[in-house]
Amino acid sequence: MTGLAIRRADGLMTVQDAGRPGHMAEGLSRGGAMDLLALCEAAALLGLRQVPAGIEMAGAGGSFAVTKPTRLALTGAPMAATLDGAPLRWNCAHLVEPGQELRIAGTQAGLYGYLVPAGGIATEPWLGSRAAHLGIGIGWLLQSGTELPCGADPDPLRPARTIRADERFEGGRVRVMDGPQTGLFEPEVLDAFFATEFTRAPRGNRQGVQLDAPARFTSEHAAGLASDVIMPGDLQMTGEGLPYVLMAECQTMGGYPRIGTVVPADLPRIAQAAPGASIRFERVALEEADRLWRDAGLWIAEAAARCSALVRDPATIPDLLSYQLISGVTAGDDLDLTA
Amino acid sequence: MGAAASRPFPSLLDVTDMISVSDLTPEALPAGADGVLLRFALKPGPAAMAAMQSLAAELAETPPAGMAEISPALVSVLVRYDRAATSREALAADLMARAERIAAERRPAPAPARLWRIPVAFGGDHGPQLAEVAGLMDLSEEAAVAGICAAELRVLAIGFAPGQPYIGLLPESWNFPRMSALNPAVPQGAVTVAVRQIVMFTADGTTGWRQVGRSGLRNFLPGREPPIAFRPGDAVRYEPVPAVEFDALRDAADGYGGAKLELRA
Repeated sequence: MTGLAIRRADGLMTVQDAGRPGHMAEGLSRGGAMDLLALCEAAALLGLRQVPAGIEMAGAGGSFAVTKPTRLALTGAPMAATLDGAPLRWNCAHLVEPGQELRIAGTQAGLYGYLVPAGGIATEPWLGSRAAHLGIGIGWLLQSGTELPCGADPDPLRPARTIRADERFEGGRVRVMDGPQTGLFEPEVLDAFFATEFTRAPRGNRQGVQLDAPARFTSEHAAGLASDVIMPGDLQMTGEGLPYVLMAECQTMGGYPRIGTVVPADLPRIAQAAPGASIRFERVALEEADRLWRDAGLWIAEAAARCSALVRDPATIPDLLSYQLISGVTAGDDLDLTA
Repeated sequence: MGAAASRPFPSLLDVTDMISVSDLTPEALPAGADGVLLRFALKPGPAAMAAMQSLAAELAETPPAGMAEISPALVSVLVRYDRAATSREALAADLMARAERIAAERRPAPAPARLWRIPVAFGGDHGPQLAEVAGLMDLSEEAAVAGICAAELRVLAIGFAPGQPYIGLLPESWNFPRMSALNPAVPQGAVTVAVRQIVMFTADGTTGWRQVGRSGLRNFLPGREPPIAFRPGDAVRYEPVPAVEFDALRDAADGYGGAKLELRA
C-alpha cells in the first residue's frame, strides 16, 4: 500500500470522490467533490477511466510526502506548488518519490484545489463512497500527521502530462434549465432574473452558495407550498428573494421555491466562484441541457482530449521549471497555471 | 451554516393551507439533468398525499424502464433515471399515465409493508414541553400521550438530515403551529410535535417544534447495516415507557432503542 502523508495541513482538506448517489429517499444527499470536473481532469492526467478519490483542498493545501513513488495530479483551483522547493506546474501529474516534499500554498483563483494520487485514495468506503460528509459525521477534516492509504500507481513512469483546464475559476456565465417550480415565477421575474449580474456572497460552503444582487426575485405562490425534493444545482429562492445554489451536501427536502437548476456542466463554476465573483445565469432549453449532459466517464474522455505531453525531457533537463527560475524568465510562482 | 440549515425547522405540511382537494393536478416536470418529478398538487392535502403514496408504492413494485432512484416527498415523487436506458420524455409519459390512473381511481393510500413499534419516554426531562402541548389541546398529559400512541402513523418523508423522518398525521386537534421562538437545544432522539406531525431528531439540534418525549432509536447510525432505519411509507406506533427505562433503551448496542420492526405480508 502506498501512503500519502499529510505533514502539515494549511487548508480545510477532506477526501472526496464522486459521492454516494441513490439515497435521497433516506435524506442523504450525494455529497462528493464540489468540483467534480477537477477529479475527472485528474483522472485524465493519470490515465484512469473512473473518478478516483482525492484530497479536496479548500483555500490552501499544505505539505505532503509519499511512501512509494507515485504520480500525483494537481487540478481544480490553481495553487502554487513546489517539489523540494522547485516550482511545479498546476494542471499536471508529477512523479513524487519518497523523501521529497510536496508543498501546496493558497489558491490563486477559485476555491477548491485537488491533489489526486494515481492509485486513488483507498480509505474505507461508506455506502460505496470515500467522500467525507462532515455535517453528518462521515469522514474527517484531514489533520497534520495523517497518512492516507492509496492504491499503487499502476504506471509511475508514464510520461508527465498536462491538461488545458476548463476555465471556471472567476465566475461567469452559468447555464440553468427549468425545474419543477420555474412556472411559479412570473415571466417578468424570470426575465429580470436572467438579466441580472449576481455576486457570489461571502456565505457558502459544501451545502450551498449564497448569491447577492440589488434586486429581489420572489414568487407569489411561495406561501404554503408543500416541501419538495431538492438536489444539487437547484436555485432555491430564499425568503428574501435571492438565490441560494444547492451544492454537494445540500439537504434533500426543502420548502423554498426553486427558479431553476444549474446544469451539471456549470456547477463547478459556481463551486469555484470566490466571494465577490460575478455570476450571470443563462436560461437554456431542455434540449440544450440534455446536449450538455455528460456522465463521469465521458467527462474523463473529453478531459483526456485536452491533455498533452508536458514538454520537457527529464533525462536532459531534470528540472526545467527551476532552470527557468534561475534564468530569471519568471519568478516561478507565476508560471502559467491554467494552460 | 447555509440558509437552508439556519432556517427554523420547516414543517412539511402547514395544515392551515391545506386545500380541500378532491382535485388532483398531476404534472410530470423536469427535475435536474436526470430526473422527472411527478407532482400531484402544489399544496399538501390528504388526496394528493394518498396519491403520492400509491404512486411511490407502484413504482417500487413495477419500476419503469431505466429508473435509477425514487425519492418521495409529501405530494410529489422524484424519479431519477439512467439516461442510457430511457429518456426524460418516455419516463414522463410513463409517470403521467400512472398518475392519471391513480387520480381517476381515487386509490386510497396503500397499506404500509413495515410497521415500527417505538418505545418513547414521554414528559418530564424527556419531554419538557408535554404539559404545554397538552394545554394547547385542553388535555391532561396522560390523554395527550394516549392520543399520540393511539394512532397508527406513517413516515411521510425523510429529509432535513439523513434518516430524520416527518411522521403523521396526528388528529386535527394537534394542528397547532411551531413555536415562534426556537427551542435552543433538543437532544438526539427527541420526539417533537407541530402541525399534526412528529419529527424525531437524528442529532442534537435547534428547532421550533415542541419536545414531548424521547426515543432511544437512532434513525441514522453510520456504522449500522442499514445505517438509516426508516423508509418513507413505514407505519409507526409509539409505545410509552417509564422514564427510568430510557437510559437502557438508548444504550442498546444496535442503536434501535428497543424499537421493533414488523414486516407485513
